[in-house]
Amino acid sequence: MKTYLRFGILVAAVLGTLAWLAASGIRESKTYYKTISELKSMPQSEAGKRVRVTGDVVAGSIRREGTAVHFQICEKERGATLNVVYTGKDPLPDTFRDEAQAMADGKLAPDGTFHASSIAAKCPSKYEAAPGKAAPQPLNPGTTRSSL
Amino acid sequence: METLGAFSLLLALCLAAYAFLASSIGGWKDKPFLVESARRSVYGVFLLLTAASAILVYALMTSDFRFAYVAERSNRAMPAVYKFAAWWGGQEGSLLLWSWMLSLYSAIVVWTNRAKHRNLMPWVVAVLMFTQTFFCVLNVFVEPPFQMLAVGRGVTSVADGNGLNPLLQYWLMAIHPPALYLGFVGFVVPFAFAFASLLKREPGEAWIATTRRWSLVTWGFLSIGIMLGQGWAYAVLGWGGYWGWDPVENASLLPWITGTAFLHSVMMQEKKGMMKVWNMVLISATYFLCIFGTFLTRSGIVSSVHAFAQSSLGSWFVGFLAISISITVFLILRRLDYLKSEAHLESVLSRESSFLFNNLLLLASCFAVLWGTLFPVITEALMGEKITVGAPFFNKVNIPIGLALLLLTGVGPLIAWRRSSWESLKRAFRWPVLVMGLTMAALLAFGVRHFYALISLGLCAFVAATVVMEFYKGARSIAARSQMNFLRAMVELTHRNTRRYGGYLVHMGIVLMFIGYTGSAFNKDTTEEVKIGSHFRIGAYELHVKEVTDGSNPNYSWQRAVIAVHRHGEYVGDLKPERRVYAASQQPTSEVAIRRRLNEDLYLNFASMSQSDPEAAIIQAYVFPLVSWIWIGFYVLLFGTIVCLIPSKVKYAYPKTQVVGVYERQPEPAQ
Repeated sequence: MKTYLRFGILVAAVLGTLAWLAASGIRESKTYYKTISELKSMPQSEAGKRVRVTGDVVAGSIRREGTAVHFQICEKERGATLNVVYTGKDPLPDTFRDEAQAMADGKLAPDGTFHASSIAAKCPSKYEAAPGKAAPQPLNPGTTRSSL
Repeated sequence: METLGAFSLLLALCLAAYAFLASSIGGWKDKPFLVESARRSVYGVFLLLTAASAILVYALMTSDFRFAYVAERSNRAMPAVYKFAAWWGGQEGSLLLWSWMLSLYSAIVVWTNRAKHRNLMPWVVAVLMFTQTFFCVLNVFVEPPFQMLAVGRGVTSVADGNGLNPLLQYWLMAIHPPALYLGFVGFVVPFAFAFASLLKREPGEAWIATTRRWSLVTWGFLSIGIMLGQGWAYAVLGWGGYWGWDPVENASLLPWITGTAFLHSVMMQEKKGMMKVWNMVLISATYFLCIFGTFLTRSGIVSSVHAFAQSSLGSWFVGFLAISISITVFLILRRLDYLKSEAHLESVLSRESSFLFNNLLLLASCFAVLWGTLFPVITEALMGEKITVGAPFFNKVNIPIGLALLLLTGVGPLIAWRRSSWESLKRAFRWPVLVMGLTMAALLAFGVRHFYALISLGLCAFVAATVVMEFYKGARSIAARSQMNFLRAMVELTHRNTRRYGGYLVHMGIVLMFIGYTGSAFNKDTTEEVKIGSHFRIGAYELHVKEVTDGSNPNYSWQRAVIAVHRHGEYVGDLKPERRVYAASQQPTSEVAIRRRLNEDLYLNFASMSQSDPEAAIIQAYVFPLVSWIWIGFYVLLFGTIVCLIPSKVKYAYPKTQVVGVYERQPEPAQ
């Protein structure tokens, strides 16, 4: 039985260490999903939270100032817009362009600008149009898909 | 023709369902006639799906834009190879590819085992065809590839299609999905054999011996698929380099991890008759994770940068997984008596124990990755708020696990079965530990202070030393005995036990890949706004932006920065990062320019022209040390896998050790 006890202790030590690492990893990197309007009405006490916010890039708003990239994202339904500035080191994804759906990861600064440390973008044409949305570039007007 | 395609799919569905039913009933009631008809149906399913795929591919190659799939995925100006690759460029087509590969695998299994395993085969076919039926249902009812464009009731056509997503128009991407699917789909075969032998209480380890090659080949394809994905992400996307812990990447990693654990722990079952329940659980988990990965990438349940969009597929997959997992768990629980272990663990210092910890760590890593990937789903269900975790979480857990696994890679092969003494360990590890110490001292002397990097490179040296030592010892004794030269003795040694020495080569590949991953601790980057004609610096490089040119071809228009690279003041060549806009989709892409060297890569991205100054370009420059070793390590890994597949020259019989409960000190078995 002694062997199994030793194993038990070793296994518990390994799993304990990993659980501890995982917990601290979650604490450090947990990020809340917020909509733009939720973000704007967030109480001051939560200002330091890491947030992931999604919206459509406002056409014509992408502006490069030196190495920083400024742009606006908006919510379709409520029309709330958010100013975002990106200074991260990764190149912006190719799918990031006017009217693409962008996901910004970062923190809200006191002046109301969102400082993003990473940007992901999904243009609707990426692999598939979402159901209900139009295909990226309408095929002949009036055509529908018909199954056999 | 489209009618023929759609009917082939429908017929394939019926035939697969029939094969499943006939095979199970035939196996259950012992009706050879039904079993035989199911067997032949498998070939039928393969032929029908081949016909359907051929029709879709023909439509793509001939740009038949009456097909909705072709119009949305292809255009006239696209090179032929990408027209072909559009087969798996969209949801419907890639599911068809999945189905087709499964039918191909099934046909091969049925053909190669036509005179073997009479007892098992009906159930193997049943499992294969159950999965096949599910995917055919998806092909026929949920994501039909043969939809036509129509106006009113008449079929119509468009002048030109939308084109394949430009990010997919890259050679690695053209072969990445098929390689990955070959891996994903392939694990169904070992699972089917495991399931069948469990059901029939097949004595011995026949299913492991039969499916050893399958598991290895499948694992190899999965590795290729993952690695091609990394190569693609590195060269094309430029989002977070080769690995970003994105849900889609994680989905392919999960079955790879459990598959790796399985490949190791079956050795325990083959040689010692241990861990039988565990292996059954592992192969089932691997199979389900493959299905789960397919589900994760297509259902839109977790938001990902490169997931397929939302679709109605999700509930189908959940249903399929729920049913098959329940059946499997029920069966394993009912058969626990059959899965009794034939031996016990004797010591913490033993090969058995190293396998156990290898499995424990791999599973912990798999669980952590799964947990992190599903974290938003879990928190939303439990707390009503969606919370996600990022790369820091994954790195924090997986880097220590990876390093511990690396350590075991070195320790495991040298430690004796059953029990080992400190004395023999000292003897076996004297040289490797010395090499590790010297490496770490040298790195410290060169000013490396990064904790994990030091440990990692030290361990790499340690494992490499153990592998080299094993080859050296074996080859030297052969060379001495049979008067061969040393090199031939090495080949001879490997040929005598390909699984063992092929395994060492795979380990060596892993070591080289770790060296490459460790390099990321020393990455450098800068983003600069540079006037044309002026220059900037990064690391040892001085970069002169000479000019920006532009032009176009039918597929895309481009803008290209020409940058002269000087290293330590010496001109080493021009790099030309490029931006493209594809005509059909109006999708811009960045073509990065990379100067690949063994010590480091110089990686340039032409972000855009400056908006404030039309004479300046925004260039992002990166230095990635050692990254090439990832790809080199991968080729070594692949070579090792192939060596493992070659039959050994000498057939080793492994007598199983029976433990009778004696715990006195045994003499050390010669290693």
